[in-house]
Amino acid sequence: MPSDVNLLDIVLVLLYVFATAFLGYLGYRGTRTATDYLVAGRKAHPFVMSLSYGATFISTSAIVGFGGVAGMFGLSLLWLTFCNIFIGVFIAFIFLGEPTRRLGHRLDAHTFPELLGRRFESRFVQVFAGLIIALLVPLYGAAVLIGGTEFLSTALGMPYNTALLVLAVLVAAYVFFGGLKGVMYTDALQGVVMFVGMAILVIFTYSSTGGISEGHRQLGELKDLAPASLTSIGHRGWTAMPEFGFGDTRYNLWWIIVSTVVMGVGIGVLAQPQLAVRFMTVRSKRELNRAVGIGGVFILAVIGVAYVTGALSNVFFTTHGPPFQGRIIQTVDADKGHVLLQVMKQDQDGAWMDVVKETNRDGKALPDTTQPVRLDDQGKWLPVMKGTNANGTVREGVIIPAVLDRDNPFVFTEATGNRVAQGRSLSIVYAKGASDQIMPTYISMAMPKWFELVFLLTLLSAAMSTLSSQFHTLGTAAGRDLFESLSGFGSGQRSRRTIYIVRSAIFVGLIVAVALGYYARKEQAFVSFIMRATAIFFGVCAATFLPAFIGGICTRAMTRAAAIASMIAGFLVSAAWLLLVKVPECTVIGLVQDSLLAHKPNWPVVDPLFIALPVSTLTAVLVSAFTRKSSRAHLERCFGTPPHAAPRREPIPELVQP
Amino acid sequence: MLGIQDPWVALAIILCLASTLLCVVYAWLNWNRGDEELRTEDVRWAAEEDKVEETL
Repeated sequence: MPSDVNLLDIVLVLLYVFATAFLGYLGYRGTRTATDYLVAGRKAHPFVMSLSYGATFISTSAIVGFGGVAGMFGLSLLWLTFCNIFIGVFIAFIFLGEPTRRLGHRLDAHTFPELLGRRFESRFVQVFAGLIIALLVPLYGAAVLIGGTEFLSTALGMPYNTALLVLAVLVAAYVFFGGLKGVMYTDALQGVVMFVGMAILVIFTYSSTGGISEGHRQLGELKDLAPASLTSIGHRGWTAMPEFGFGDTRYNLWWIIVSTVVMGVGIGVLAQPQLAVRFMTVRSKRELNRAVGIGGVFILAVIGVAYVTGALSNVFFTTHGPPFQGRIIQTVDADKGHVLLQVMKQDQDGAWMDVVKETNRDGKALPDTTQPVRLDDQGKWLPVMKGTNANGTVREGVIIPAVLDRDNPFVFTEATGNRVAQGRSLSIVYAKGASDQIMPTYISMAMPKWFELVFLLTLLSAAMSTLSSQFHTLGTAAGRDLFESLSGFGSGQRSRRTIYIVRSAIFVGLIVAVALGYYARKEQAFVSFIMRATAIFFGVCAATFLPAFIGGICTRAMTRAAAIASMIAGFLVSAAWLLLVKVPECTVIGLVQDSLLAHKPNWPVVDPLFIALPVSTLTAVLVSAFTRKSSRAHLERCFGTPPHAAPRREPIPELVQP
Repeated sequence: MLGIQDPWVALAIILCLASTLLCVVYAWLNWNRGDEELRTEDVRWAAEEDKVEETL
């Protein structure tokens, strides 16, 4: 642990750990089972329930991953916050919560695939949905795991891979020995600490940037420092939407933000298997009504603040970050002190050296090194030459955008006119080019150590509860939806074999998630792995399940054939788009060397959801119109007898489903 | 608004605040609505859910 941890830090962290343990103990002793909640009528305070929901669903993925994306792309990500509140809370809880709960109880369904399978009387639907969930959960698990790992490695000064291993062992211990059930009071404490932590963070951030309007104004002024890699795809500053249009690469960022981030994740939340199962565990619509208010405020306070803080971290770093030294190679705006610096360092003899970066043949960055400065005939410094060696390694100078230090802009001047300037840069520079490291780096540099440690513990425990919820979903998908459904075992026969299958599936899922976490850092790409993994999970779930889910719980008109067709269409179109068109996913997976639509600008960055969801929705509507409805008896079992309906007669034999 | 020049980003902020307010007002108006008697299917579901949890 770093040496700057003092006694107060240790006391505060221990207090937090004891409080968590005590509440965990209380929760363990108290209300625990579904029967307790639903039948025995033991009540959980709506605040406790809502906050525990929040802590389960909001995790390191949102705070670390998407907060970092806001640090790179800006406040346009607030559209996702709006979708999270309006679609993910208001629409989901009010319009989907009660029908899901009622249908789940009527059909005695306990998993999302089982709900769909029983609603459409189809084992194929249940097995197919279970298979997709089992395949995709490790990807989303990796996103949460990476978020925790980034924070752990930054806060404790650990190498990334060591932190990943430590976290994986903690998660495995939690899941296998602690059980998969979240303890509501512990989750609620995490929710409270997250809420309070984010409140402290946003107050600190705005006060260190001069207030709300002043902070936003300063953030807006940084737009001319945006790297060329961002401006070339339409970045117009951190307080503006990217450039909108279609048919040119300069509109790529708009499509990334709107189709992948805002729609992919914002709409995708409606078809989250864990959310549907959570709806079934509430006692009545009253609990859902109450959760809407607290959930909305919680999302705004945690997600909204993460995005605002991520974006404003640029203002903090350009005014308070550790300074870089180097020579000015371009003045962007003399009045504002905005420049491009060739970064330099002094060697042990005090001579200024150029810092250079190397990128190997596969495009991977190697550690920065230094080299002597080249001089012209008059002894003036020359630019660093970009070159490629025999191994294909590209070597070039490290050039960063910077705001010159107002008090001490130059730290060294020679008679020849050579000068070393001093300035501060953007968040992404301090995060060493990895957007997933922006939030951990910001909190580590800006906040007191005790805050960082408590925040770390909160994020880690939130990651635990989210991961346990994800692996719970994976376990039930493998055990109940795949194994029991395919083997035909009933509840009396399930125990031993099912437990074995569930544990094996969870173990394999965890291994895959850790492997993805390792691979993500090795392949550290321009745009956050966390964001891309989350968007794939949400997007594929929505395209595959949403029409069948909404059609299944809200209408009697959706047919079994329509559900099967829309699920297959949604999944296949999503998979094809990811494998063949979407960049960088298609090239990382490697089935094609470049996107099949590489020559058609913007298409390769459009999210699969944008194509696949309309296809699966249209399929559901069209196939429903031309195929046979479920029997009246089954529909009455699902939805009850419709008001003013004629008394039910015995089913006519030829209309009974085979 | 609030130092933000782009109306689309300002609109996102307004919608975030408005939708949160909508959630709070909805919850306030419906705080005690929606409670209902327990049905047989709820009891059966809860018992089976406990078994599923035990398996996990």
